[in-house]
This record gives sequence, C-alpha cells and structure tokens, in this order.
Amino acid sequence: MKKRKKELTFLDSTKNRTRVRNYFYISLLILLIIDLFVHKHGHFSWETVPVFFAVYGFISCVSLIFIAKALRLLVKRKEDYYD
Amino acid sequence: MINSVPPAAIFIIGAFLIPFLRGRLKSAYMLLLPVLAFINLHNMPKGKSCIVKFLDYNLILARVDNLSLVFGYIFILITFIAVLYALHVKDDRQHIASFCYAGGALGVTFTGDLLSLYVFWEILAVGSVVLVCAQKTKEPHSAAFRYFLWHFVGGIILLAGIILYVHTRGTNEFSYIGLSDPASYLIFVGFCLNAVVFPLHAWLPDAYPRATVTGAVFMSALTTKSAVYILARTFPGADILIWAGAFMTCFPIFYAVIENDMRGVLAYSLINQVGFMICGIGIGTPLAINGVTAHAFCHIIYKALLFMSVGSVLHMTGKIKATDLGGLYKTMPFTAICCIIGAASISGIPLTSGFISKSMTLSAVGMEHLPVIWFMLYFASAGVFHHAGIKVPYFTFFSDDSGIRTKEPPFNMCLAMGIAAFLCIFLGVYPQPLYSILPYPVDYVPYTAFHVVGMLELLMFGALAFTLLILSGYYPAELRAINLDTDWFVRLPGRGVVWLCNHTLNAIRSMTQALFSKEVLSVAKISKHPYIFLELFWNLIQGKRVSYQEFMDRPYNDNFYRIPIGLGACLAIVFLFVYGVIFI
Repeated sequence: MKKRKKELTFLDSTKNRTRVRNYFYISLLILLIIDLFVHKHGHFSWETVPVFFAVYGFISCVSLIFIAKALRLLVKRKEDYYD
Repeated sequence: MINSVPPAAIFIIGAFLIPFLRGRLKSAYMLLLPVLAFINLHNMPKGKSCIVKFLDYNLILARVDNLSLVFGYIFILITFIAVLYALHVKDDRQHIASFCYAGGALGVTFTGDLLSLYVFWEILAVGSVVLVCAQKTKEPHSAAFRYFLWHFVGGIILLAGIILYVHTRGTNEFSYIGLSDPASYLIFVGFCLNAVVFPLHAWLPDAYPRATVTGAVFMSALTTKSAVYILARTFPGADILIWAGAFMTCFPIFYAVIENDMRGVLAYSLINQVGFMICGIGIGTPLAINGVTAHAFCHIIYKALLFMSVGSVLHMTGKIKATDLGGLYKTMPFTAICCIIGAASISGIPLTSGFISKSMTLSAVGMEHLPVIWFMLYFASAGVFHHAGIKVPYFTFFSDDSGIRTKEPPFNMCLAMGIAAFLCIFLGVYPQPLYSILPYPVDYVPYTAFHVVGMLELLMFGALAFTLLILSGYYPAELRAINLDTDWFVRLPGRGVVWLCNHTLNAIRSMTQALFSKEVLSVAKISKHPYIFLELFWNLIQGKRVSYQEFMDRPYNDNFYRIPIGLGACLAIVFLFVYGVIFI
C-alpha cells in the first residue's frame, strides 16, 4: 500500500484530463492570435498566408491517419505470418 | 605520439581487453575508451595521416576534415552514452561487439580510401549482427540472419563497385564520386542500402525492434548515420537523392501510425529522419550539408534517447507492444520525462535540438524553390510529431492504465538518459557550439518569430488532430499484427529459392551421401575383416555357391584367423636371410 501512495495519479481523474485539454485548446488560440502579428518572410508565397501552418498541420495529420487506416487494410497480417 | 593512432583503433583493439577485466575496473575501462578516443581525435592534425602501404595502394586510416570531425565527435559521444546505458549488461560478447561496431563507424568516417572503407564497412555490419542475435530467443536469431543477408548483399554490391571503380578510374581515393558510370551506381546502391533508402530499407524495421535493449541504442546511432556521412561525401547534389529522401520522410510515418511494437515505431521514424538528411544531401548546397550534419548530430542523441527510454520500459517490464503498455508515468516518471524530451526533440519543437537542426534543411529546400519537396517535408514534420512525438510517449506512459507496476531502471540507465536529455535541451537553447563545428560557416538564425510560430502551429495543430481523432474513436486502434513491407518481395520468393535448392541441389547431395556412405561402410567392414575376400575367392574356386552378403555379415573370429606371432618373426628372419644372400 505504501508504494501505491507514491504513484502519480494526476491524470486518473477525468476532471484533470479535461483541464489539461482545455489549457491545450487555449494555448492553440493564443498561438493563432500571435500568428496574426508576426512578420512573415517565407520562400514561398503561401508561407505568408495567415495561419497557413496551422491549417496545413491539421490537414496533414488527419489525412495521415486516414491514409494509414487504408494502408492497414492492404498490409496487415497476423503476427505469425512469416513463420 | 598519440596523434598517430587511427580513431577506430582505440575502440577495436580496446574492445578485446574487456573480457580480462572485472567489476568496477571493467566499467571504468569501458567508459574510459570513448574519452581516450575523444582526446585522440581532438589532438589529431587536420588532413591525411596514418597512411599504410598495402600492395600498390595507400590505405589512409585518418583523414580529418570539417565533415568527418563532426561525425567522429558524435559517434564517440554517443558511444560514451550508450556504453554507460549498457554498463549493467553481463555479456562480454555484447560489449566487444558494441565497441567493434562503434570502431567500424569511426573507421568508415575517417578512412580516406575505398579499400579500408570496405573493411570498416564489414566490421560495422558484423558488430551490429552480434547485437541483434545476442537476444537468446529464436526470433531475433532469424532476424539477425536476415539482417546479415541484407548487409552481405549490400557489401558485395559495394565491393563490386569499388573494384570496378579502382579499375576504371585508377584511384582508390574516397572522395566525391558522383553518379556517372556503372561503378559509381554500384557503390551508390551499396551505400543506399545502409542509408535505408526506399526500397532497400526493410532490414531496419525488421532488425532494430529485435535487437537487445542496449544494442538497439548503438544501432540507432551508427549504421544509418555513417551511411549518411558517406553519401554526403561521395554523392552530394545527386538529384535522385532529393526525391528519394522526400519519399523516405513520408512513407514510414504511415507505417509508424499502425505499428504496434514501440521500437518498431521508432525504427520507422528513424527512416523518416534519415529521409530529411538524404534530401539535404541531394540538394547539396552548403546550407543543406550543414543542415544534414547538424541534423545527424542532434538526431543521433534524441533517437538514442528515445530508444533508451523505450528500452528501459522493455528492460523493466518485458513488454514493448502498445497493446500491452500504458499508464507507466505513474511508476517511471523520470523515464517518461526523458521520453517526452526525446519526442519533443525529434518533432522539432522550439528550444529542443530538433528545431535548430531540421529547420536548416527545410530552409535549404525553400532556398532552392522546390515546392513539392517542401510540402512533403512539412507533411513529414507534422507526421513525425504525430507518431514519434505523441504516439510513443502517449501509448507507453499515458493512455489507459495497463496495470503494470514497476520502478525506474538501474542508475546507469537513468544517468545515460539524463545526459542525452540534457544535451537535447542544451543544443536547442544554445546551438552555437554545434554550429561552430559544422563543415561550412553558419549564417543561419533558427530563432526568428516566423520560424518559431510557424513550427509551433504546424505541430500543435497536428496534436489537435491527434486529440480529436482519439476522442472521436477514429484513431486506428493498436492491434496485435504485423505490417508487410518491401521485404515481402524478398522473403516470399526467398522461400521459393529455399524450396528449389532443397529439391534439386539438396537431393543430389543426399543421394551422393547415401551412395558414398554405403561404400564407406563396406570398406570399413572389409578393413575389420580382411580375410573375407580370400575366403570368398577360395569358395568360388572350389565351386561352392555362397552369397556375398552372408560373407560380409560374418563376424571376425579372433581365435580362428589370428596368426601366431612366431610366423611373422619367422618370415622376417627368412626375409633378412634372403636379403643378406643377395646383397652381401
């Protein structure tokens, strides 16, 4: 029982999880606001579009997941496939 | 005097003293070797030294210049960290293999001619094979064999290229080669195999997850990065590498997302990171080569850190699959923090080493105005954060509690992780020491508001996608399964080759063996019973019908066949007498 006391249990409660997520969402919002005030000097024209990187990052990761899911249909095999 | 020692020699020769030492002395000795190697390298004069004459060729064992020096420093540094991480391992074989392996990498880095390059290349391969098969179970053994075959084939292609190159160009100098003739293409393919260029990459995700916990740390650092160094020296500016590299950054991240083995995820992200370097080599401008070198330097540290932290989990719990892990931050907080620092670095979050190095390559792409490549690399940057940056720490240390209760790994492992984590942050905050040793003068400022905000947006909104997909249940669940890779095209036909050999060559062999063993058996029988032929012959003269087999099976009867010793003596005397009569 003594050992159990030492454990970190911060993320066990749903309340804390939600709180962490909310901080994350707020930081995203702050980042978008900062973006509007930053001087942009990219090599390509689209780099200077406001919040371009945020949109591209989001789209990249969503498409990554869906392509990966499709890839899984093609390449997934049982663990003993080669045995 | 110490200046005359080739950098590789300290590791390779020093390795063989390890079995003679015990306890703390051994630990101290193993930690001292990288320190000695560093002092030796630091004192070495720039230019070529340690030249040995072999046949008609000069073997240059130490060619120290700006490019080789950076790679030499990082190989020695990571050897120190990885040896510290592996100090608790009792198996001397692994320690010797590790040092030979690191020595091979140093040899490859500092050699100035193609012949000794090949020798060190093979030492590198053999050292790493031992680290894969040191796991005492069947699965790593077959993985080690496949790994060996891949590198054996790569080595043979490289050797063929080198021989052709030396023959056609009349020089064995190891410097810029460039893609032009068949020899250069063969050498290129040999190098590309070690640099995990698609489709020659499949050996890496096959072998690395199966290596020992400590061996994987060495492997993550040495093989691919020594190949990166070699490509940067021999084929900078080869256009094909731009596309090969960009493709390498993208395709492994899909695999990493659906991979269940955590070290498998790291193996795929390793290919992705090497892709950035290969792309930079293809661009070949001073900024790009600086980017490649800085990225390799930082990558070695944070990738080793990730392999160390995930390896610690495997060491302590015996489990490594995402389906078995979760909630470990409760009992391994230090390891979790180290893993997060490594994950942040590989993702290129500002104030970590990944940011100050990877952004150089990205800028080089921008300066060359390669829009498609630019989009691919930024896609990969977001993707690497997604799988290595979030997935690895999340599914290992957070996620749903797996119920595993363990504790932090031994002190030496924690210390090694701590040093690597410190370096990740230190280089991220203060990159000048690294920038000052890069091959070309650095005129690059990583921390501009535009860079920092742009990268943060890319990554944080990637994280938002991860969060939303996990919450909505769209994120692909971790499954107990394997995913086919390009090695499928080798492994399945490989079975056909084995079947063919078994039914043709092996059949001839077993037939011949059966035939000869029968003959050998009868000769053995005759030698046991030499009178048998006389008896058979005598019976035939007398007209008796006897079977050969019956005679062969008849046992040798001591009392019946033994000739009295006196008969032999008598014959000898008679012979002497005749001899005397004739010659005297």
